[in-house]
Amino acid sequence: MKVFFHIGRYAKLMRKVFSRPEKARIFFKQIFHEIDSLGINSLGIIIIVSFFMGAVITLQTAYNITNPFIPLYLVGLGTRDSMILEFSSTIAGLILAGKVGSNIASEIGTMRVTEQIDALEVMGINSANYLISPKIIAAIFINPFLTLISIFVGVSGGYISGVLSGAVTSQNYIYGIQYAFEPYYITYTLIKTLFFAFIITSVSSYQGFYCSGGALEVGKSSTKAVVYSSLLILLFNVILTQLLLTHD
Amino acid sequence: MIEVKNISKQFEDGYKVLNNINIVFETGKTNLVIGQSGSGKTVLLKLIVGLHEVDEGSINFDGRNFSVMNFKERKLVRQEFGMLFQGGALFDSLSVIENVMFPLNLFSKLSLSEKLERANFCLKRVDLINKNHLYPSEISGGMKKRVAIARAIALNPKYLFCDEPNSGLDPVTSILIDNLIKEITEEYKITTIVNTHDMNSVMEIGDKVIYIYKGQKWWEGNKTQILNTDNKELNDFVFASELTKIIKSKIN
Repeated sequence: MKVFFHIGRYAKLMRKVFSRPEKARIFFKQIFHEIDSLGINSLGIIIIVSFFMGAVITLQTAYNITNPFIPLYLVGLGTRDSMILEFSSTIAGLILAGKVGSNIASEIGTMRVTEQIDALEVMGINSANYLISPKIIAAIFINPFLTLISIFVGVSGGYISGVLSGAVTSQNYIYGIQYAFEPYYITYTLIKTLFFAFIITSVSSYQGFYCSGGALEVGKSSTKAVVYSSLLILLFNVILTQLLLTHD
Repeated sequence: MIEVKNISKQFEDGYKVLNNINIVFETGKTNLVIGQSGSGKTVLLKLIVGLHEVDEGSINFDGRNFSVMNFKERKLVRQEFGMLFQGGALFDSLSVIENVMFPLNLFSKLSLSEKLERANFCLKRVDLINKNHLYPSEISGGMKKRVAIARAIALNPKYLFCDEPNSGLDPVTSILIDNLIKEITEEYKITTIVNTHDMNSVMEIGDKVIYIYKGQKWWEGNKTQILNTDNKELNDFVFASELTKIIKSKIN
C-alpha cells in the first residue's frame, strides 16, 4: 500500500511544482543555472563513457563477425544503431541518474534538514516550484543535446578504435554508418531522453524534498533517488520502445 | 498582535503534542515561549507560521484568521513574517549579501541599487560589515544568526519568529543576539515570539514569558514574576541548574 502513498504524494508535489513561478526573471535565471549545473557539468562523463562504449561495441562486433559472407560495413551500422537506439538515451540516462539524481536528492535533502525549505515556505514562496521546476525544465531542455553529443562521440570512438586496431577499414565503417539509416530512430531516442530527464529530476527531487532527519537520511534519500530513477528508466524504456517502435 | 485560540495538534501516531493552547502575543514586546525539549514549543511556533496545520482552534494575526486562509491569502500575510531558524537556515549557495537580498528580490519592486542599499542597511543594523561576499560556510555560528536576523528584517516584518536563537552560541554572543532581537522588536514595533530554553534569554529580554509543559500552557508572566513563582513544574525548569539555584538562594 505504501507505493500508492508515494504515487499520491509524488502527484501532489508535481502539482505544486508546475504552478506559476514567483518572478519570471528569477525563474529563468534559475533555469540557466541548472542547465549549467545538471547539463554542462555532465558533458565530461557523457563524452568519456560514450567514446569508450562506441569503441568497445565496434571491436566486439568486428571480432564476432567470423562469417566471410557478412560484410564488414555492418560493424559501423551496428555501432551507429546501438548508440542511437539504446546507449545514448538509456545507458546515458542511467549514468545521469547516478550523477545528477544523487546530486539533486542530496542538495534538496540537505536544504530540507537544515530548514532552508522551511525558510522559503515561511517567506511565502512555493518551495517545490522554486527549487524543482527549474531542474526539470533544464534537464528536459539540455538532455537531448547530451544524447546527440553522445551518439556523435560514440560513433567517432567506434571509428577511431576500429580503424586504429585494424578491425575495420575507414571506408567500410563510414559506409556502414551511412547504410540504411532510419531518421525516425533519432526521434525515438530523443523522446526517450525527454521522459528519462523528467524521471531523473522529478523522482530525485521527490526523494530530497520529503527527506527528514539528518545526514544519514540525506544519504539514504540520495541512494533511493538513484535506485528508483534507474528502475523507472528501465521500465519506461520497455514501454516507450513498445509504443514507439511498433509501426503496425 | 498574534492571538492563538484553543489550538490543539495531534501527530499521525496519535500523540497529542499540544492541547487547547490560548496565548496572546503582544505587539512591540518580546514574547518568550519556554519549556523543556519535547514540550511542544517548536510545534507551536511551526503552527503559528503555518509550517504545520492546526487540528483545532485558530491563529489570528491582527484579527486575520490565518488558519482558514488558502495558499494565496497566506502568502500575503507571510510577507509580513521574518523568521530566525535554529541553525540560521541561510541558503548555502548564496553569499551573505545575496541571502539578505533574497526576499527583496522576490517580493519588492526596488531597483538593484535600492535593494543593495537596504541589504547593507540591515547588515549594518546587526553589526555585520565587510562580510558581504562571504558564504554561510565561511562565517561563524553567531554571524550566521546575525545574517539570518538581517534577512528576517529586510522586508520590514510585522511579526518576527525566533526558534532557539541562542542554541550553539557562547554566552557573550547569546546576549548580543538577544539584545539585537529586543532592540529590533522595540524599534520597529514588531510582534516577536522567541522559542527558547535558555534562562539567560528569559532574564535579558523576557517581556512576556509563557511556559509550555507537556503540551499545555502551564504559566504566563514576565521575567520578574518567574523568579517568585510557586508553580512547581516551572520552578523545576527555571532552577534546574546549580547556577540558578545559587542565584535563587541569594535572592531569598
